[in-house]
Amino acid sequence: MDIDLMLRVYPYFLEATLITIQLAVLTVVLGLICGALGAAARLSGNKYIRFLGATYVSVIRGTPALIQLFILYYGGSQVGINLDAFEAGVIGLGFNIGAYMTETIRGAIIAVDKGQVEASRTLGMSKSQTLIKVVLPQAARLMIRPLGVNINAQIKATALVSAISVVELTYTAQRYIGSTYKPFEMFFLAGVIYLALIYVTSLLISWFDRKAQIK
Amino acid sequence: MSPTQPFINIRHAKKNYGDLEVLKDISLQVEKGQIVAIIGPSGSGKSTLLRAINDLDSLTEGEVWLEGMQVNKKLPTRQYEKHINKLRQEIGMVFQHFNLFPHLTVRENITLAPKMLKGLSNANANKLAQEQLERVGLGDRIDYYPSQLSGGQKQRVAIARALAMKPKVMLFDEATSSLDPELVEEVNLVMKQLAKENMTMIIVTHEMAFAQSVCDKVLFMDQGVVVEEGLPEIIFKTPQHERTKSFLANHLNGRF
Ligand SMILES: Nc1ncnc2c1ncn2[C@@H]1O[C@H](COP(=O)(O)OP(=O)(O)OP(=O)(O)O)[C@@H](O)[C@H]1O
Ligand SMILES: [Mg+2]
Repeated sequence: MDIDLMLRVYPYFLEATLITIQLAVLTVVLGLICGALGAAARLSGNKYIRFLGATYVSVIRGTPALIQLFILYYGGSQVGINLDAFEAGVIGLGFNIGAYMTETIRGAIIAVDKGQVEASRTLGMSKSQTLIKVVLPQAARLMIRPLGVNINAQIKATALVSAISVVELTYTAQRYIGSTYKPFEMFFLAGVIYLALIYVTSLLISWFDRKAQIK
Repeated sequence: MSPTQPFINIRHAKKNYGDLEVLKDISLQVEKGQIVAIIGPSGSGKSTLLRAINDLDSLTEGEVWLEGMQVNKKLPTRQYEKHINKLRQEIGMVFQHFNLFPHLTVRENITLAPKMLKGLSNANANKLAQEQLERVGLGDRIDYYPSQLSGGQKQRVAIARALAMKPKVMLFDEATSSLDPELVEEVNLVMKQLAKENMTMIIVTHEMAFAQSVCDKVLFMDQGVVVEEGLPEIIFKTPQHERTKSFLANHLNGRF
């Protein structure tokens, strides 16, 4: 293993890591928004809205994220939607993880004991009061860990945007392989950085989960 | 409404789940201050009948009236929501599994609905919580979380939470069934206290001795019908129907 080479290039990798982090943060934020809306749609009283939510989830989860990115980036410009690669990456991956988060959030909401809703409604609280004061606070606690799993998956999935030439970590590794012919070293370095990101994120999620749980 | 109108009037209640007839034409009158026990084997429809009173389970047919107001009135959805939310404030309910809100303290459990629905100030809500907790003997537990309480204490908090809405009637669905035997008495004592205060109560229970000691009227249900109803001393000592006799015999042997 060429340690010297790795020590020479790692600052460039760290720069690229900033792009990876930006991608992860933006897509997770967009994903949470899509997930919240998606879950609301999936649990809606209106069957057309429910259908819309279910279609979103099954289309996104039923096709490769890479294809979704290609459709958005290459197909988009064909029909006049001109996004740069970074924008296409954020939107594509954000909507993608949003479908998974839809299911996570929905799952947490329906996992709240039905007796909780009954107790609240019995006191005279309306559906929306019950949702806001009783169900969501409990569901929020239930969804922290599974959303953490989605977030970690998303950090790794940012590597996909290398395929549309966003200069993030994986793309940078590939570029340096072109000039150094050392694929092992370059991918190893990238892998270590991903691992560190995931490790730190997992710690943060666990810490947050512990803080948030009911005594 | 006429003064002779019963306080609670259930008329020809029917409930089907698909082909399954869970309630088959049940009528029940309860007077103000009366305490009614509903007994019967598992699956006989006791909970369904109780839950029809606040429309937690909607009847397929029949009417439920409270003080001359029809609970299960046919109304457009939005209007019905308003109507039922208002009425439910007057009908307290206590569940077998307590259903306390685990993310809220005892105080918050009790004050949530009064604050949201009656606009109580913090000071008044706190006072109310303290009063209701003292009523169930838990004045010193106001800042605990439900997870820090025993089963009996949880159920007493659940009763205090219901009482804080100043209900006109209290419904109990096997309030002591999930409690360890040594914790049953503390909940029974609270219910007896309410009986003394002339609270109208409808109690689904498997505890025959308790039903006999506090109730004014007992209903024996089986397979969705009221087989027999009357004074506790009659139902428990000289039941008329075979089904009542064998149910009570099994219960005295402690198996059900
Ligand atoms: N949501 C439902 N869907 C279908 N069947 C139901 C539903 N709820 C209750 N039932 C059925 O209705 C019947 C009456 O149920 P109910 O809960 O009223 O009985 P119960 O007398 O309270 O019994 P237990 O003593 O076990 O609590 C049972 O056969 C039950 O399986
Ligand atoms: Mg029952």
